[in-house]
Amino acid sequence: MTNHWVDIKNADLILIMGGNAAEAHPCGFKWVVEAKANRKARLVVVDPRFTRSAAVSDFYAPIRSGSDIAFLGGVIHYLLLNDKIHHDYVKAFTNASFLINDSFSFTDGLFSGYKADKRSYDAATWQYQLDEQGFAKVDDTLQNPSCVFQIMKRHYARYTPEVVNQITGTPQADFLKICEMIAETAVPDRVMTICYALGWTQHTVGTQNIRTMAMIQLLLGNMGRAGGGVNALRGHANVQGITDQCLYSEVLPGYLGAPTDADKTREEYLAKRTPKPLRPNQMNYAQNFPKWHTSLMKAWYGKAATAENGFCYDWLPKKDAAYDVLALFERMYQGKLNGFICQGFNPLASAPHKVKIDAALAKLKFLVVIDPLATETAEFWKHYDEFNPVDSAKIQTEVFRLPSTCFAEQDGTFTNSSRVIQWHWKGADGPGESMSDTDIIGGLFVKLRALYAKEGGALPEPVLGLAWPYRIATQPSPEELAMEISGKALADVADPKDATKILAKAGEQLAGFAQLRDDGSTAAGNWIYCGMWSQTGNLTARRDPADPTGLGQSLGWGFAWPANRRILYNRAACDLSGKPWDASRAVIAWDGSKWGGNDIPDMRPDAKPDEAVMPFIMNPEGVARLFAFERLLDGPLPEHYEPFETPLDANPLHPNNPQALSNPAARVYPGDLEALGKASEFPYVASTYRLVEHFHFWTKHSVLNAITQPQQFIEISEELAREKGISNGHRVRVRSKRGQLVAVAVVTKRIRSLTVNGRKTHLVGIPFHWGFRGATHPGYITNVLTPFIGDANSQTPEFKTFLVNIEKA
Amino acid sequence: MINVTRRQFLKITAAGLGSSSLALLGFSPEPALAELRNYKLARTTETRNTCPYCSVSCGVLLYSLGDRSKNVKSEIIHIEGDPDNPVNRGTLCPKGAGLLDMIHSADRLKYPEVREPGTTEWKRISWDEALDRVAKHLKADRDANFIKTNDAGVTVNRWNTTGFLASSAASNEAGYLSHKVLRGLGNIALDTQARI
Ligand code: SF4
Repeated sequence: MTNHWVDIKNADLILIMGGNAAEAHPCGFKWVVEAKANRKARLVVVDPRFTRSAAVSDFYAPIRSGSDIAFLGGVIHYLLLNDKIHHDYVKAFTNASFLINDSFSFTDGLFSGYKADKRSYDAATWQYQLDEQGFAKVDDTLQNPSCVFQIMKRHYARYTPEVVNQITGTPQADFLKICEMIAETAVPDRVMTICYALGWTQHTVGTQNIRTMAMIQLLLGNMGRAGGGVNALRGHANVQGITDQCLYSEVLPGYLGAPTDADKTREEYLAKRTPKPLRPNQMNYAQNFPKWHTSLMKAWYGKAATAENGFCYDWLPKKDAAYDVLALFERMYQGKLNGFICQGFNPLASAPHKVKIDAALAKLKFLVVIDPLATETAEFWKHYDEFNPVDSAKIQTEVFRLPSTCFAEQDGTFTNSSRVIQWHWKGADGPGESMSDTDIIGGLFVKLRALYAKEGGALPEPVLGLAWPYRIATQPSPEELAMEISGKALADVADPKDATKILAKAGEQLAGFAQLRDDGSTAAGNWIYCGMWSQTGNLTARRDPADPTGLGQSLGWGFAWPANRRILYNRAACDLSGKPWDASRAVIAWDGSKWGGNDIPDMRPDAKPDEAVMPFIMNPEGVARLFAFERLLDGPLPEHYEPFETPLDANPLHPNNPQALSNPAARVYPGDLEALGKASEFPYVASTYRLVEHFHFWTKHSVLNAITQPQQFIEISEELAREKGISNGHRVRVRSKRGQLVAVAVVTKRIRSLTVNGRKTHLVGIPFHWGFRGATHPGYITNVLTPFIGDANSQTPEFKTFLVNIEKA
Repeated sequence: MINVTRRQFLKITAAGLGSSSLALLGFSPEPALAELRNYKLARTTETRNTCPYCSVSCGVLLYSLGDRSKNVKSEIIHIEGDPDNPVNRGTLCPKGAGLLDMIHSADRLKYPEVREPGTTEWKRISWDEALDRVAKHLKADRDANFIKTNDAGVTVNRWNTTGFLASSAASNEAGYLSHKVLRGLGNIALDTQARI
């Protein structure tokens, strides 16, 4: 979330789309209710189903699953056409005025630079026009046909209410009503927030779904404002924290791009990731990349990392290919992986196309599952009737199941969706011989290290040289690790403005990332968490809920990254002169000599407003990107593409270009295209989702939750039920091109058919919480149905839209 | 009768205050005092924790029997929302309301186990054996498949034939340590649940 849970109460309009907070994040949804009750905020819900969130909304509109960009693109068109944008904000704080390379184009559904054989783009033409000094050229009148504002206007002119209705199935009147409500927040003293979740990410256009919304929030001037922002309601209690620790092959802790084969030396690596400013006077904060990276190398390799050896740059593995979940299972399926470790993750249930996952796991030599609970993945080799119809004798994988403790049995921190890092304390030991994850990983590493010390082996140096300063080598403690993540001075750290002033003495914990250095004098395991355990102690354990301004900031509760900031981009909550757009919801302001208020300013504290230092400090241009010249692999502007399994024959926006039917830059593995179903055989759109009583595949092991929602079911509309002769309680078979399941049918008014591109489209709703282990009735793993294909940028699988057929079982 | 919350009530009674307070609560002193040792919650230790399910990360209070001294085995007997937490303010949803049953689930794993190739059952093993065997597998695979330089002769020092998937329910400290160890070994075949 750019903002935070409690801040939702400050909104005037709350849009829930691509999520169902009332059901999936109930105690956070409380703040929506609070906003409705206390400031007469209105709630708008757009969803394929009339969800529990919709049930308490002021206005609900249905939408076909997988068509969100068409809807949101239509909103952009509406705002531009009716001039409902926050002009001063857009002009100053976004790249609306920036000029784009004249050879940029968008033709027949494809942006310039498309390479069909590689299913990817060359972004060379998506760049800013630069002047002699290397700064981006701008046109403050926003009239130049090459400026972002005009390009955007042309791009979304196609998204008329008629086209929106044709693609999304949302009735035109409903769509327009929502446009009007959203447009009301274009004025400085009205703010909208948007809460989304996996309903936006789990699509092959997932990243662009979110970007479209971010563009709307920028046009309305709602970013950086109390009650505004773009708010991802995330999954697990620590999904944000694990994302920040970056257990992804492509990034190192704190989102530092991991080195690839192209980065031959440390110098090349750093140079590529240390941007030059694209406009005068901007903070270009990412210019500090070398400080963050060097401090990480010092935390990992300790004394072994020296300036002479490039801080052990050579030891860092260089990435050659994709290793996301889908890529890993593809490699496994192709027999390229021998071993696999699953730590608290149940991919047999959570990854798409179960049959393929089963086959992949069976090709492993060894599988290690570390988990507090008996998961399906650990027993993929075991026959469980129709739910896991495998032949154990044929599966030669050696499987280890290691019991770990759960949250209640360990100390440590979780980072919630609001980016607040909170310490939790152990209440009891785990059952039997279970051990914490840190003890298991620590114990395993110490054994490996001993083997390398004794026998040698492939490149033993980094194994033996890894910094391991823990008091008990096999049991790194959460306190030791939290301090390492936060960071400390290895030599005295002096004030860059006054060398006689020492900011942190050698050995002291650092106060924040501004103290990090690139000369090896500081160590920090994750720069964005720097300061969470400062010299004053463990700030994540703070428990002062005080909220003096009533805005809900609670700066003394835990520690929010970065720098305990609660609302990101909060400089944008003020106009150019430093005055809050809305005094009743002021976050920070310029007081004549510095920035301050009820949050940590997202700005250099002494940056005078007339220096025109812009709020988006991580971007080298200082402003937010309506047009993204980098980082997005599938286009600088969001465009509607159909899901990979679509009920339509063509993309209504590009009926004559089959290349532009679905996301042209999404990765497709050999064999997976053939495993996609066609509407002629599988006529219904299906979507998997969560119920309020359950959390993923976890609570099915809890008796109380199992009692409240014991048996697998699917949901269909009354109309489809009639057509298929299905009644409430009938057992039905749901088939996709990849597999099938049998479940009880719930016939409901909450789902209705929509007319899309002139044809009636039905939705089959599939809650996903069951499996062959647990306290519930056994059920099918719903991912037996889903396609093995992901978002072009994030590779998040397309769980939310695929095709099925149903019949009475 | 005055308004007394359960916790205040327990405090008053556990402190064994005189008859006046208890009389205020509507009890005659003798039977109430005789009940004292039976209040389980009065003997619990309160621990602050976080619901591990969704990212609202509601504050919870764990109540466990045992005072956490070294020779005492604690047992969590009750969980409720933390009223001081500024986000959930004491509330828990239907998922979080069942936390106690997850902690005490019959499906909790208690011992390291192995399923040997081709067999149909788990076999209990010791931690030492489990970690030894896993360490040997990892080393054998790493040593056999470690790539020091790519075809162009560039130093790449990577190991990509054993994969690792990390939990998004693990703590930051556990996630960070896993990451450090994996890259330390040169592994790049790592990913997390947070992606999906
Ligand atoms: S109690 Fe419910 S809302 Fe709160 S963190 Fe747990 S799952 Fe989320």
